[in-house]
Amino acid sequence: MIAAVFHQIAQMALVLVLAPLLTGWIRLVKARLVGRRGPSPVQPYRDLMRLLRKEVVLARNASWLFRSVPYVMFTAIWLAAGLVPVFTTQLALAPTADLIALIALLGTARFFLALAGMDTGTSFGGLGSSREMMIAALAEPAMLMVVFSVAILVRSTSLAEIAGFMMSGAVGLRVSLALALIALVMVAIAENARIPIDNPATHLELTMVHEAMVLEYSGRHLALIEAAAMLKLLLYAALIACVFAPWGMAPPTGGSAIVGLLAFLAKLALAGAALALFETSIAKMRVFRVGEFLGGALLLSLLGAIFLYVSRGV
Amino acid sequence: MAGLAVAARRKSWAGTAVYGGTAAACGVIALWAAVALAGRSAPVALTLPMGIPWIGAHLRADGLSAFFLLVVGFGGVTASLFGWGYERAHAHGHAAASGPVLPFFPLFLAGMSLVLLADDAFTFLVSWEFMSLASWLLVLSTHRESETPDAARLYLVMASAGTACLLLAFGLLAGGLGDYRFDAIRAHAPQGGAAALTVLLVMLGAGSKAGLVPLHVWLPLAHPAAPSHVSALMSGVMTKVAVYALVRVLFDLLGEPVWWWGGALMAAGSATAVMGVLYALMQDDVKRLLACSTIENIGVIVIALGLALVFKASHTPVIAALALSAALLHVVNHSLFKSLLFYVAGAVLTATGSRDLNRLGGLIHRMPTTAFLALVGAAAISALPPLNGFVGEWLLFQAILNAPALPEWSLKIGIAVVGAAVALAAALAAACFVRFYGIAFLGRPRSAEAERAGEVGSAMRIGMVVPAVLCVVLGVLPTPLIRLFEPAVRAMVDAGPFDDRAYQPWIWLSPTSAIGNSYNGLVLLAVIAALSVVLVLVIHRRASDRVRWSTAWGCGHEEPDPLAVSQYSASSFAQPIRRVFGGTVFAARDRVEMPEPGDTRPARLTVTWTDPAWAFLFTPLRRAVDWLTRQADVLQFLTIRSYLTLMFAALVLVLILVAVVRP
Repeated sequence: MIAAVFHQIAQMALVLVLAPLLTGWIRLVKARLVGRRGPSPVQPYRDLMRLLRKEVVLARNASWLFRSVPYVMFTAIWLAAGLVPVFTTQLALAPTADLIALIALLGTARFFLALAGMDTGTSFGGLGSSREMMIAALAEPAMLMVVFSVAILVRSTSLAEIAGFMMSGAVGLRVSLALALIALVMVAIAENARIPIDNPATHLELTMVHEAMVLEYSGRHLALIEAAAMLKLLLYAALIACVFAPWGMAPPTGGSAIVGLLAFLAKLALAGAALALFETSIAKMRVFRVGEFLGGALLLSLLGAIFLYVSRGV
Repeated sequence: MAGLAVAARRKSWAGTAVYGGTAAACGVIALWAAVALAGRSAPVALTLPMGIPWIGAHLRADGLSAFFLLVVGFGGVTASLFGWGYERAHAHGHAAASGPVLPFFPLFLAGMSLVLLADDAFTFLVSWEFMSLASWLLVLSTHRESETPDAARLYLVMASAGTACLLLAFGLLAGGLGDYRFDAIRAHAPQGGAAALTVLLVMLGAGSKAGLVPLHVWLPLAHPAAPSHVSALMSGVMTKVAVYALVRVLFDLLGEPVWWWGGALMAAGSATAVMGVLYALMQDDVKRLLACSTIENIGVIVIALGLALVFKASHTPVIAALALSAALLHVVNHSLFKSLLFYVAGAVLTATGSRDLNRLGGLIHRMPTTAFLALVGAAAISALPPLNGFVGEWLLFQAILNAPALPEWSLKIGIAVVGAAVALAAALAAACFVRFYGIAFLGRPRSAEAERAGEVGSAMRIGMVVPAVLCVVLGVLPTPLIRLFEPAVRAMVDAGPFDDRAYQPWIWLSPTSAIGNSYNGLVLLAVIAALSVVLVLVIHRRASDRVRWSTAWGCGHEEPDPLAVSQYSASSFAQPIRRVFGGTVFAARDRVEMPEPGDTRPARLTVTWTDPAWAFLFTPLRRAVDWLTRQADVLQFLTIRSYLTLMFAALVLVLILVAVVRP
């Protein structure tokens, strides 16, 4: 119990520390791939510190909701990131919230951020919020269907159980899992506002989604929102690693946390490099193609669940 | 109570007396039901010397009735409280508002309670019709508004058709014996084809009252037409009485279920859930949006009922208990947050005089309490943890994940699709309520009325606070409630959701069949609170706390337009979703009229969409009925000889039928 609490606290701190580094790493790899030198991987930390030092500029009709959303959103995503086992499956909060609750926590963060986008009453905010909710309306069911396939296989929605089962090697190679993995990666790309759904580096009206919602934020509020976005990216990388590649993670008994940690760092580096490679080799799609992209993810994940019955006769 | 209301309708204290009386009566009913459930008391039966001679009216309160009485009673208390404040606020504006409501409000509540207590088909149907007519009269109480008569007429037609279906269903249930007591029906439940027909008739009859697609068409018109506290009762509570009818007949009276009953329920429920929320996303009228969202939630409840039925049929009662608990928990949850949101709509209507989203905006500054409570309701209905809506969805997903335990292949695969439909409906509901809250309460005011709005009176605020608090409490501690209605679940599926041998502390939600998964809202809330405190402390100690107020970024324009026409409106917010889903489902089209350069006419955007239920079902049906009546018109102008011939032919036909059917 004490070890679980200790691991939980260590993990909460770890994700917080690592999240900006992952973003910095992706930016660096992307820059190198297009032939630039690129900023140092610790640049996101400097950006966040600078934002924290700056004053907050609020629109005149911003309400208390606008000012509290960064905290709510950051807390929800931080907690969600703390729920995904990264270096050990022995976590104190594991029985409190399963994978479904984790998805719902991310939904909470999105709900409040979309509301904040509408609070100042500018057209950019509304534009971002409405597009974000459209994307979420397809991404969330796709993700739940991924959970469905995995849960049918593992007979559990608890992340610790899933990681343990996947590590045990009892699964083997399965078409359903491949479909679920593709669907989850598509959802992760959409949810993290990456190319080809959204471009985190753009401020062009026609294409903005996430950036449009947070356009009115500044100073410490913006720092929290940026940090939350980084945490979310780390969370999805950790989630994919936890479900589909849990090797090296320390099980509840035996196993070393140090090995788990090193394995996690390696997985993150790999995931970041893969994302950077993917992003540099593809163009952004039109906003209304997103429906087809995510509809595809939803169908893939549903097919994955149905294939399970066909292939295994569960 | 109604008599008092009629007698005293001109007096100023009439409202206070009636609403005080209903609040007290409903409070007593709810309290009694809660005590009966908690004490696991045996069913109470009562025979009144009324109704059909020598038979009387049978009343009986078992666990299931008590549970639904709790929902009705609680809804009645908050509706009375809110209604009292609402009508006092409206009495100044338009004088005739409260007169026609008072006599029928207690009748409506009494009708709903009697449906739940009825223990024979006759009493059940009379109470059902009583409830329908009372609510119909309440809808008509706003007859001065132009849309009300049409809504009321449609409601009357649908309610009569629904009752007719239920009448036939009970006829089949009672069978040849003609004994209409529920005990007798249980003992001689119909089998085979008769049972199948009964299931379909009950789905039509109760489904039309609950709002199952495609029988939902009256609901978005009639529910909003009534005064807001009555809308809350109709949407939050009366639909639950229809759910009660489904549970009573399908789980109790019909005996051993067949798997496809549950399959039919799940199919209807999935269509209802997804279509309902898409309808809600298309609506610009606050109360219509809420009524459409009721359709969605009824869909979710019916899916859970279908799952329970399927698992009951496959003799896995523990999973059936889980699904039924999810359904009943969602019944409570929906009655709470839908009442709350209708009260919010009523408060907004009181403060601004408008139900049109496009005339609201910025109310968070002018109605702070209402805005906060509306946020709780919107978050709860969007199934966000740690509020109550999420717990219901969580239980439902745990039941859905048990699909591999079923023997039928079509169901296994079908349930995967149902799961996708539930997830889609939940995600769209979040979009719908971001739209509702963001347009109505956030942003800048879109009309002068919204700009002048003020907070509503304390009675209305208390009426809203009570369900809002319960939304949080039940989200954090759902297990005591599930334990409370466990007797009802046990009576229906012969098992409870929890395993008593492996006793879990009551703050944990870990049903036996949830394949080892658990959820703890309390710990989640505590961790969220702790993390927030840490975060706020760190940020405020370390970061700059300077704040400067300025204008919002308007692409270089200095001051935003005074009427705030450039901000997103209700229909522009829905545009991406309309484009992705609406094009195929609703044939939704956006047409933009852009004048030539130099022309000073304003540009216009027209959104058109059609309801497939009208286009493919009700309009053809109406045409068919019209055609049939025109053809039957001939019968009015025959000679007496022809009539005599017809009557004789009919008599012969009946005799032949009797000779063939009865050996």
